[in-house]
Amino acid sequence: MNIAELSAYGYFALTVFLVVVLYGYIYHLYTKKRDAEGHDYEEYSNMALNDDIGSTPVKPLSRDKEN
Amino acid sequence: MENRPLEYDYTVAKMFMLTTIILGIVGMLIGVILAFELAFPSVNTILGSGLAEYTNFSRLRPLHTDAVIFGFTLSGIFATWYYVGQRVLKVSMAESGLLMFIGKLHFWLYIVGVAAVVVSLFAGVTTSKEYAEFEWPIDIAIVVVWVLFGMSIFGLIGIRREKSLYISVWYYIATFLGIAMLYLFNNMEVPTMLATSPAGETAIGNWWHSVSMYAGTNDALVQWWYGHNAVAFGFTVPIVAMIYYFLPKESGQAIYSYKLSLLSFWGLMFVYLWAGGHHLLYSTVPDWMQTMGSIFSVILILPSWGSAINMLLTMKGEWQQVAASPLIKFMVLGSTFYMFSTLEGPIQAIKSVNAIAHFTDWIVGHVHDGVLGWVGFMIMAALYHMAPRVFKREIYSKSLMAAQFWIQTLGVVLYFTSMWIAGITQGMMWRAHDEFGNLAYSFIDTVTVLHPYYAIRGVGGLLYLVGFLLFAYNIYKTWTSDKEVDAERLNQSPMGA
Repeated sequence: MNIAELSAYGYFALTVFLVVVLYGYIYHLYTKKRDAEGHDYEEYSNMALNDDIGSTPVKPLSRDKEN
Repeated sequence: MENRPLEYDYTVAKMFMLTTIILGIVGMLIGVILAFELAFPSVNTILGSGLAEYTNFSRLRPLHTDAVIFGFTLSGIFATWYYVGQRVLKVSMAESGLLMFIGKLHFWLYIVGVAAVVVSLFAGVTTSKEYAEFEWPIDIAIVVVWVLFGMSIFGLIGIRREKSLYISVWYYIATFLGIAMLYLFNNMEVPTMLATSPAGETAIGNWWHSVSMYAGTNDALVQWWYGHNAVAFGFTVPIVAMIYYFLPKESGQAIYSYKLSLLSFWGLMFVYLWAGGHHLLYSTVPDWMQTMGSIFSVILILPSWGSAINMLLTMKGEWQQVAASPLIKFMVLGSTFYMFSTLEGPIQAIKSVNAIAHFTDWIVGHVHDGVLGWVGFMIMAALYHMAPRVFKREIYSKSLMAAQFWIQTLGVVLYFTSMWIAGITQGMMWRAHDEFGNLAYSFIDTVTVLHPYYAIRGVGGLLYLVGFLLFAYNIYKTWTSDKEVDAERLNQSPMGA
């Protein structure tokens, strides 16, 4: 097996792997519906709708921790 | 000052709004001139034969493409980033002196880059790689501008109040990373002053001149991996970033499915990078690579339509807004044109279709229904939405905006329909032969037949430019209007009659 053939198999394997990952991700999104912290993914749309500087963030980042 | 409530700071966004409009006018004006040069060759020497060097098609063509891609579109991307970024991350540029400095430096270095590009391309200094014509000193400047853009993105993310990154931010990050990778690899070049010829000569040619580090087919492959993905990460990804923010915001409707936006994102990232090979069908690149380019182009319909349908469904139950608001019209038609051109592209990438379509005007038509109908409409809609919030004035004229919408829509339709007919006619005539295999037509026969369609294309482009001038006027009048708005509207932008 020469390098070209090897890279072709490698490429095929990578494609299959990425397809599995992508479909796994879709399956995950639509079965769990919520992320690891319990937020419904659809709530994130509110980041655009309520985007005043004073609006309450969907998931606030505590600034105290940074200081 | 102490008691002033914190506000978003749109200083840098405004600067880039200005260049979006100015470079848009420049790019589109040159485009219209080029269209008429093709229809009426005497336009090539319109300023006399002494200046023909600067007015002929081949000198102006890269100025048109680069002004529209790296001038109008990039400025639009930057302007919207400096607007959307702050808002969805809920942090103001005013909160960081460093980020404000980086933002302004980003703008002014960008202006220096634009000036260098305009001067060098007019002077005929070019690497001759399509959409990558800039010589190495300008490439280095562009890398610096790009790094500053990245620092702005990640700097703002670093001081955010909203922990999650809104989907648009994902797309802006992908724009940054994608273009960075593409630009660096395609512009790997060797200045000829460093080269030595077989005869032993050194310091060959002008100091700014360079040759690509790749040769032959490899160069073509890298070039079209770059060229096609410049469409991906310049004309698609950041424009999707815009529509995911501006359509929900202007209409007051949450994205139809946020989950669909996430998986469309990964789908697009996964598939787009492999599709560039379709530019090299029937060329000397390996056959499997051509087939791969075709297949990935067809698969690309899925993530593209995932975003586009998501946007159209966002308007579910609210379609009266499309009738009522010209601003929503721009975005809904933009999304529709996105669907349309992402279906047309894959069709053209199928080998048997490509045998007719390749090198014809159909390709030019495809690019323009995408760029005029999708990119242009979306950037203008974004600026219209931003204007009342940035200038704190109501949009000068709703009726002018509506007139602009219909003039430009007619322009786009004339453009792509004429190019469809021209392209398919061309493709069929080039391959027509008699029973002995002799070609039925010579090249000039096609030129004669295509003339009316070239003229229609010129008129279509002119209508689009007229609409863009109306847009520029509307924004200018908004900026200088005395009709202040007290409080920012949550959704629908305030518009004067």
